[in-house]
Amino acid sequence: MRGMTTVEKILFQKTGQRVRPGDIVIAPVDGLMATDTTAPGAIRAFEKMGGRHVWAPERCAFVIDHAAPAPNERIANLHRFMREFARQQGIRLFEIGEGICHQVMVEQGYVRPGYLFTGADSHTPTYGALNAFACGVGSTDLAAVMLTGKIWLKTPATLRIRCHGQLRPEASAKDLILYLTGKVGISGATYMSVEFEGEAFETMSLASRLCVANMTAEMGAKTGFVHPRGLKLPYFFEPIEPDPDAEYVQTIEVDIGELPPQVAAPESPDNVYPIDRYIGTPVHYGFIGTCGNGRLEDLQVAARILRGKRLPKGVRLVVAPASRSVLLDAMLDGTAHALVEAGATLITPGCGPCVGSHEGVPADGETVISAANRNFRGRMGNPRAQIFLASPATVAASVLAGHITLPPPGDQ
Amino acid sequence: MSKVLRGHAHVYGDNIDTDRIIPGKYTKTLDAQSLAEHVLEDLDPEFRSRMRPGDFVVAGNNFGCGSSREQAPLALQTAGVSAVIARYFARIFFRNAINIGLPVLEIPEHDIAQGDELEADLADGKVYNHTTGKVYQAKPLPEVMLRILQAGGLVNYLREHKTF
Repeated sequence: MRGMTTVEKILFQKTGQRVRPGDIVIAPVDGLMATDTTAPGAIRAFEKMGGRHVWAPERCAFVIDHAAPAPNERIANLHRFMREFARQQGIRLFEIGEGICHQVMVEQGYVRPGYLFTGADSHTPTYGALNAFACGVGSTDLAAVMLTGKIWLKTPATLRIRCHGQLRPEASAKDLILYLTGKVGISGATYMSVEFEGEAFETMSLASRLCVANMTAEMGAKTGFVHPRGLKLPYFFEPIEPDPDAEYVQTIEVDIGELPPQVAAPESPDNVYPIDRYIGTPVHYGFIGTCGNGRLEDLQVAARILRGKRLPKGVRLVVAPASRSVLLDAMLDGTAHALVEAGATLITPGCGPCVGSHEGVPADGETVISAANRNFRGRMGNPRAQIFLASPATVAASVLAGHITLPPPGDQ
Repeated sequence: MSKVLRGHAHVYGDNIDTDRIIPGKYTKTLDAQSLAEHVLEDLDPEFRSRMRPGDFVVAGNNFGCGSSREQAPLALQTAGVSAVIARYFARIFFRNAINIGLPVLEIPEHDIAQGDELEADLADGKVYNHTTGKVYQAKPLPEVMLRILQAGGLVNYLREHKTF
């Protein structure tokens, strides 16, 4: 019998079935999460299904992060709707300012290695950094999990990406995942699981691993895993490694030793080029944050570049820490001070302007350089603005220069 | 759910993402009608005035990529779109559409053009192009999805069956 990929192994642990790609399984989940974009619809669907009590309140979480604090009365009422339902059901609700769902779930231990986790948000594969099989679903699918504790899934085939070599100091995990997204393409891993392996991952921080797994959503993947070798977590866990004789739909071998910083140009996250092509492009607005790059190491690298400097006139920088815990750490170690002193606007921990709901919509004709993960037209709320995606270091260096530029050499 | 759908085709290209189907700034609502008012507005500002109830949205590869927002198929459905046809779909959109009872037909090769008059038979997955005389065969849905779609969506399915 052939070996199992990571996703096959987790499904085997959950269902007792040896599954192959394409097999449909009904599997028990270990937890679920919904945000203020998706929870209201999930609650409504749950009630219409005849649901009275959620299957396991202690395994459910709601997070108010997408439009937080509420920018208008319509959204304020949706937040109230979530709070009331959460209180009635005994579900933990993470309030405005507690952070982005995908950061909070990791920090609070709602997701752990080996879990099958469903999140009503497309960046749920982020938890593949922890070796959890985590997939994004919509509101009605989530309501079904709230009701039954189960989900039906088609077993995904697995695409393996093997990286050779170590990243250069000026290239970050974000540059790597942008490059790989460009290589695989926006639909190159549709319905698939992606496994990343290679020595570069073994020395990566948890934050960088989360950044890598996060953008498997931009390849169309159902889920993605960073190999657990070198993974450090604040609790004991059993790493889940793919079997050496597991079957892959494809293995992509990539040499990353010479990889330069990358940018994704408008209007798709797979429209990726080495930064050289866009050096000198004027930028009006930088954004550092999101479930991709709003963690402490991301803010620290920006602070190292901006400390003691001032943003030039006509350029602004918005920084949204990924969680309250990240913000507190950034306040303690001087990171927040350095950013604000340089002219950055520090906003509520949460999704910030990424989804175009509030807190920094760009104007017509403006160019944004963003450490987020999506740059579709209209993404930040204005279809007449353009968005480049890059690492936090590139964003910080570019707003300082007023145009897209290389981050300074050094530890990124 | 009616088994035979008839309408005209509104044709778009590859990788139509959910921000183009319904921008994120409109998604925070339970009012489906307000979603329908903004459906496809950046991609095709004329869509709302041109489309008639029962019409089809037809696309190339990877329709519905990006966000998990169920508001995307809901906006199309509420606007009166009877089904979406694409070469293939992004996975969350595909699930969401079936879950709310919006038929999605995966036809790997098609040359349906803007304004073509279509008829889709959901029972056998055949799509007839009455403008060109061509007939296409949609890929069959997995059994579990078929049951959900036949129930009119996942809400109805679970109200009836209580579990999977």
